[in-house]
Amino acid sequence: MPNSDTGRQVLCVEGLSKSFRMHHLGQSLHAFEGVSFTLNAGEFLLLKGPNGVGKSTLLRTIWRSYLPEAGHVWFTHGAGRIDLARAADVDIAVLRRRDMGFVTQFLIARPRVPAEEIVAEPLRKAGVAHNDALEEARRWLSAFGVKRDLWRAYPTSFSGGEQQKVNLARALIQPPRLLLLDEPTASLDAGARAALVARLTELKAAGVAMIGVFHHPGDVAAMVDRDILLTAKEVEDVAL
Amino acid sequence: MTVMERLAPQLVTGAPLLTMSGISRRFGPVVALDDVAATVWPGEVLGIVGESGSGKSTLLRMMNLEDTPDAGAYHLTLPETPGNLFDLDRFARRQLCARRIGIVYQNPHLGLLMGHSSSGNVAERLLIAGERSFATLRAKAKGALEASEFPLTRMDDPPKQLSGGMQQRVQLAKAIALEPALLLLDEPTTGLDVSVQALVLDTLKHLQRDRAITMVIVSHDLGVIRTMADRVMVMRHGQVVEEGLVDQVFQDPQHPYTQELVHAKL
Repeated sequence: MPNSDTGRQVLCVEGLSKSFRMHHLGQSLHAFEGVSFTLNAGEFLLLKGPNGVGKSTLLRTIWRSYLPEAGHVWFTHGAGRIDLARAADVDIAVLRRRDMGFVTQFLIARPRVPAEEIVAEPLRKAGVAHNDALEEARRWLSAFGVKRDLWRAYPTSFSGGEQQKVNLARALIQPPRLLLLDEPTASLDAGARAALVARLTELKAAGVAMIGVFHHPGDVAAMVDRDILLTAKEVEDVAL
Repeated sequence: MTVMERLAPQLVTGAPLLTMSGISRRFGPVVALDDVAATVWPGEVLGIVGESGSGKSTLLRMMNLEDTPDAGAYHLTLPETPGNLFDLDRFARRQLCARRIGIVYQNPHLGLLMGHSSSGNVAERLLIAGERSFATLRAKAKGALEASEFPLTRMDDPPKQLSGGMQQRVQLAKAIALEPALLLLDEPTTGLDVSVQALVLDTLKHLQRDRAITMVIVSHDLGVIRTMADRVMVMRHGQVVEEGLVDQVFQDPQHPYTQELVHAKL
C-alpha cells in the first residue's frame, strides 16, 4: 500500500448533513450539519457528545441506513472511490458484504437459527465451506466467552449480554476495510470487553479503519487516534 | 431539504435480471398499476410491501406473465428472451414460465392440484418442460421436495391431506424443480401460524443462500420483508412511492405513507 496520506485514505466525509422529515408532526428534526473529516487505514476515530446529539445517526448515515441530505462520503474500496452518500442501493449492498462492517448494540437474530450459524453466515456468503465457516465461528464464540452448550442454541432466547457477544463474533469474523462501532461494549461483561478490545487492536494493526461511539471511552483509549465532538442542533419547523 | 438522488450502479456492472418499465393496468374504473417500474439484480431478493389493493399482487402476476398490462415493457436477461415478454404468445409464455419462473401463491389452491399426489404436482412442472422419463421425473421431484425441506415419507400424499405449511413446501418444490432464474412469492407465509412461518422463511433463506435464486417477495408483513429482502419497494394506489435498501426504508422512511406504515408496525 502506498505511504502517502491520500493512498491510505479510507474515508473522506465532506459537509455531511442529516435531518429527519417527520410528516405526522409537520417538522424536521436536525441531526447534524456540515460534518467533515478524513480517516486513513489503521486509524481509530472516536465520536463524542451527549446523548441524542447524533453520534449513532452519523454512523448510520455513513452505513446508509439513513439517507443524507447534503455532503459526500468518499469511500476508497478495492477498485476505486465511491460516494456512499449517493451510491446506488445495489452498490451499497455489495460494499456491506465486502468492505464495510457495522457493529450495533442490537442483534437481529432470525428465528430458529443457531448462534454458530449466525456467526458463520458472513463467511458462508463469502464462499467459505460450511464446516470451515462453522469451525471459525466456534473459535470466535469461544473467544468472546459464549459457552459451548449455547453454540447450537437459538440466540432469540439469550440474555442481552450473550446476544451481544454473538453479534460481535459475527461482525468481526471477517475483517472489513472500514468498521463502524456503535456502543459495542454496552451490556458486555469484563471478559468479553477485554476480548473485544484485543480483537479491535488486532484489526487496527491489520489496517482496518474504525469509527466508534463508546459509552465508556476508557475501554478503547489506547487505540484512539483522533476524536470529533458533535454538538446539539435545534428542532426546526418547516413547511412540508 | 430533501434527500439526494442516487447514482447509477458503478460496482454492479452486469445487467439486471428483471426490468419492468411503464407498467399500467386498469380494471374498469380501477387503476391497479400506474406507470410502475421495477428492477431486480441477479441473486437479489426484492420485497414489495403495501396495503391491500395497492397493486403488489397484480404486479407479481405480471412478472409471472399471467396478465398483460395496458402499457409497459418487461425484460428478463436470459439468452432465449430478447424483447418485451408481453409480446410473446400464450405458448411461448407458458414455456418460459415453466422453465424460468417459479411462483408460490398465498392460496395453495391456486398453485396445486389438491387431489393429486404431492410428487405428481412437482412432476407436472417437469412434464410441461418436456421431461418424459418416469425415473427422472420421480428423482427430480424428490430432489425438489427435499430442497424444500418436505418430509419425503409423505411425498405421495395429496396436498389436501397436508397442513398449510406443508402445502407451501409442495408449491415451493414445484416452483424450484427446474431451477428457475426467478422465484416469485406472493404472501408465502400469510395464514400460517408463527412457528410454521419461521420454518418456511428458514427454507427460503437456505434456498437463497445455497442456490442464489433471484426472488421477488410480496408481503404485507414487514417482519417477513425485513428478514428476507435486500431491497424493498413500497406501493400505494398502484404506484411505487418509495424504494430502497430494507434497513433504510424501515429506519429512515421518506414518503408520508411509508412513515405511517413503519410506525404502525407492532
